[in-house]
Amino acid sequence: MREPVLSYKDIRVSFATEFGDVDAVKGVSFDVMPGEVVAVVGESGSGKSVTSSTAMGLLPENATVHGEVLLEGRSVLNMSTAERRRLRGADISMVFQEPMTALNPVLRVSDQLIEALQVHDVAFGAEALERSIELLERVGIPDARTRIRQYPHQFSGGQRQRIVIAMAIACGPKVIIADEPTTALDVTVQAEILDLLRELKEELNTGILLITHNMGVVADMADRVVVMLNGEVVETGPVTKILSHPEHPYTRRLLAAMPLLRAAGDPSLEPERVSVTERADASADGLAPNGTTNGFSGDGAAGAASVAPPALQAKDVALEYKFRRRATRVVHDLNFTVQPGEIMGLVGESGSGKSTVAKAVLGLLDVAEGELRVRGMNMPALPSKERKTLKREIGVVFQDPAASLDPRFPIGDIITEPMVVHKEGDKNSRMARARELLDAVRLPSSVLNRYPHELSGGQRQRISIARALTLNPTLLIADEPTSALDVSVQAAVLDLFSELQQHYGFACLFVSHDLAVVDALAHKVMVMQNGRTVEQGTTDQVLRHAKESYTQQLLAAAPVPDPEVQARRRTERQRLLAALA
Amino acid sequence: MSETHRPEARGEPIDSTITPAGESTKKVEEASLLADAWRSLRKNPWFIISAVLLVLFLGMAIFPQLFTNTDPRECLLGRSRQSPSAEHWFGTDVQGCDYYSRVIHGARNSIAVGFIVAIGTFIIAVVLGLVAGYFGSWVDAVISRITDMVFAVPYILGALVFLNVLESRGVREVAFVLIIFMWPTMTRLMRGSVISVVNSEFVLAARALGAGPITIMRRHILPNSLGPVIGYATVFTGIIIGAEATLTFLGVGLQLPAISWGLQLSDAQPFLQTVPHLLLFPVIFVGLTVFAFMTMGDAIRDALDPKSKK
Repeated sequence: MREPVLSYKDIRVSFATEFGDVDAVKGVSFDVMPGEVVAVVGESGSGKSVTSSTAMGLLPENATVHGEVLLEGRSVLNMSTAERRRLRGADISMVFQEPMTALNPVLRVSDQLIEALQVHDVAFGAEALERSIELLERVGIPDARTRIRQYPHQFSGGQRQRIVIAMAIACGPKVIIADEPTTALDVTVQAEILDLLRELKEELNTGILLITHNMGVVADMADRVVVMLNGEVVETGPVTKILSHPEHPYTRRLLAAMPLLRAAGDPSLEPERVSVTERADASADGLAPNGTTNGFSGDGAAGAASVAPPALQAKDVALEYKFRRRATRVVHDLNFTVQPGEIMGLVGESGSGKSTVAKAVLGLLDVAEGELRVRGMNMPALPSKERKTLKREIGVVFQDPAASLDPRFPIGDIITEPMVVHKEGDKNSRMARARELLDAVRLPSSVLNRYPHELSGGQRQRISIARALTLNPTLLIADEPTSALDVSVQAAVLDLFSELQQHYGFACLFVSHDLAVVDALAHKVMVMQNGRTVEQGTTDQVLRHAKESYTQQLLAAAPVPDPEVQARRRTERQRLLAALA
Repeated sequence: MSETHRPEARGEPIDSTITPAGESTKKVEEASLLADAWRSLRKNPWFIISAVLLVLFLGMAIFPQLFTNTDPRECLLGRSRQSPSAEHWFGTDVQGCDYYSRVIHGARNSIAVGFIVAIGTFIIAVVLGLVAGYFGSWVDAVISRITDMVFAVPYILGALVFLNVLESRGVREVAFVLIIFMWPTMTRLMRGSVISVVNSEFVLAARALGAGPITIMRRHILPNSLGPVIGYATVFTGIIIGAEATLTFLGVGLQLPAISWGLQLSDAQPFLQTVPHLLLFPVIFVGLTVFAFMTMGDAIRDALDPKSKK
């Protein structure tokens, strides 16, 4: 029987706050064997990060820890501060979520790596530099010898995370604690980082404690899984068992909530999804918008009787950001059409320009070139008064529900704000509308007098959606509306979203990096890369019969929560990448 | 979403934990700027100490007769420079006036200067900071550069130069000159505070809605950015009271026959060794007032800081 390299025994953590003690972790025990990946899974507030930090001794001062953490049989909690400091980095090291903040921006990468080696007496001077270069080569930084002299901001997000990993393995640790190591990264980069961690683990026989909320990552990496809920372990076991035959209802619920990309021939697929207004755009790829000549009727309501203009149409749009009078063009030659009642998913990785497009449609960014028509009217060219009227037709839901609601407004005022801005209705009719909308997003009307900070993330996002719908918009812009939410909350919000869309029949531009979410909602999909359209068409065409290699890469990189399927997808992806190279 | 979910994921969204309206124990807490601040201030002992002191000093400034019946201008040279006694608690000054009464009456002018200057700079700072922070670009550049220029002149130097020119200097003149030279710090603070709010998503959401700049500033930006500035304005009142005393001591502040702590300090200077109480009492009063305002300011700043909210 092997000895566990790291073991947690009945860990209890409580935080002293001004409202009394809060128990964050209530008796958690599990082991990590050498060369094993143990995934700790749970939603926010489950105590997964707090539990693992006890091994590093990095908890804030108001925390009290009970129980025992053993690192190769030595109790970490009984060590002196100095002993524990020697332990960090040498025997246990950490990989954080956000690689930019985990590296010091004013120090060269070489200095930071050499420091890690010197602090633990591994190597000094020129030898340390040589070792650092080897480490960078090991984690796959090309041209390591010259690039080691650069600063963190000169590397891409994925490369930065590789550097953080290089620092973590610098002293040959027995355990690496990886706290959401890929959450801040794009899906293709995530797949690469996971590949790297897997290789390193096999090579160095290090135990990895992987903290994540993504079941796909779990399926890809983990040997064993610990599922946590409210500071307690609800289920633990080998990854195949937990993901294929979960016993605890919470685990089942988590898995069920995870949106899935459906493969071609999935029985749940409808033959052909049709947009709500039954006016499925005949030209399926949307590149050739039909009948745009009647676009400038100037009167949307009267024109609606015959052929309604598209809810949103972009013609050769180019967008740029200006900084000190120098314009940087970030979106080029954009063409798309969203018909009334249709959801178009806009997919891409960070830097693809997808959020910029959303901003431009909202009128928050000037259009540099081309036409952006909302209900047939070219919005950027309208005089400001008409533009304001047209903005009534557009609702918006942002990514972060905590930031998108004014903390000083009660919920009722937040929801009715669009009516106040557009001087519509009186106090009573506004409140009636707010109640109606709260009902539509399934929140009790008692929240009218509450403030955003009293609600949970999912509830706040429902409020955002309610506010977006206040004026009955014909077009809704949703910019990553669920990516800040836990999966189970995300599932509920997406369900609600599609229900509301059926009911109110608005058209929607749904910006997301998550292909599975888009697959679940959208009628049409457009894939963007570096400010250009890569591929567009119906959801089925793009996500199941992708023509472009970039789309195929994106699809292949998204992990699925089934270890066997994921292993198969991994080899497929590697084959695809090899074929491209 | 519908097709991808097994049914059990539907019925019970994990996050709906809102209790129904019938909930009675926890009353709905307001999150408005003031309600927020009041909740945390009530529990802060420093706030209570400073509030008691301020009420005392404000009482002195507004109703000095509550504290003394002696006329501060009733001066008999025959009782010049007496030590504190039962009859004259703080003794008498050079002119033979009752010193206790004079110190009490001195509160009005000192505190008046403090308030006028604090309110004046507050208004300038809020308006300029809001405009600079919200509009950015050249508007911000112009306002910021002007602010920097004024900021570069030490207020003591500026006040010395300007007040020296004036023939008669009362509360109004001193306050005016102090406002002219002391608004930049608070303006910078306001501008920074506005910039931190102006890019938040709720402001974007309001702009996307078609709300105009005035609406957005009034409804969203002002309430979310005033906190640190209000806190600083209170501390600032204390600083100004000190500044007034300094200027008067240097001979460019208020003039006799006005009664103020600065004048008393100035008059007491030659007798520091013989009758030290003439210096001691006004110093204690200036010190306590400044202390009270600063402590109050710190407490208010902490209370208004949204980050300190749980």
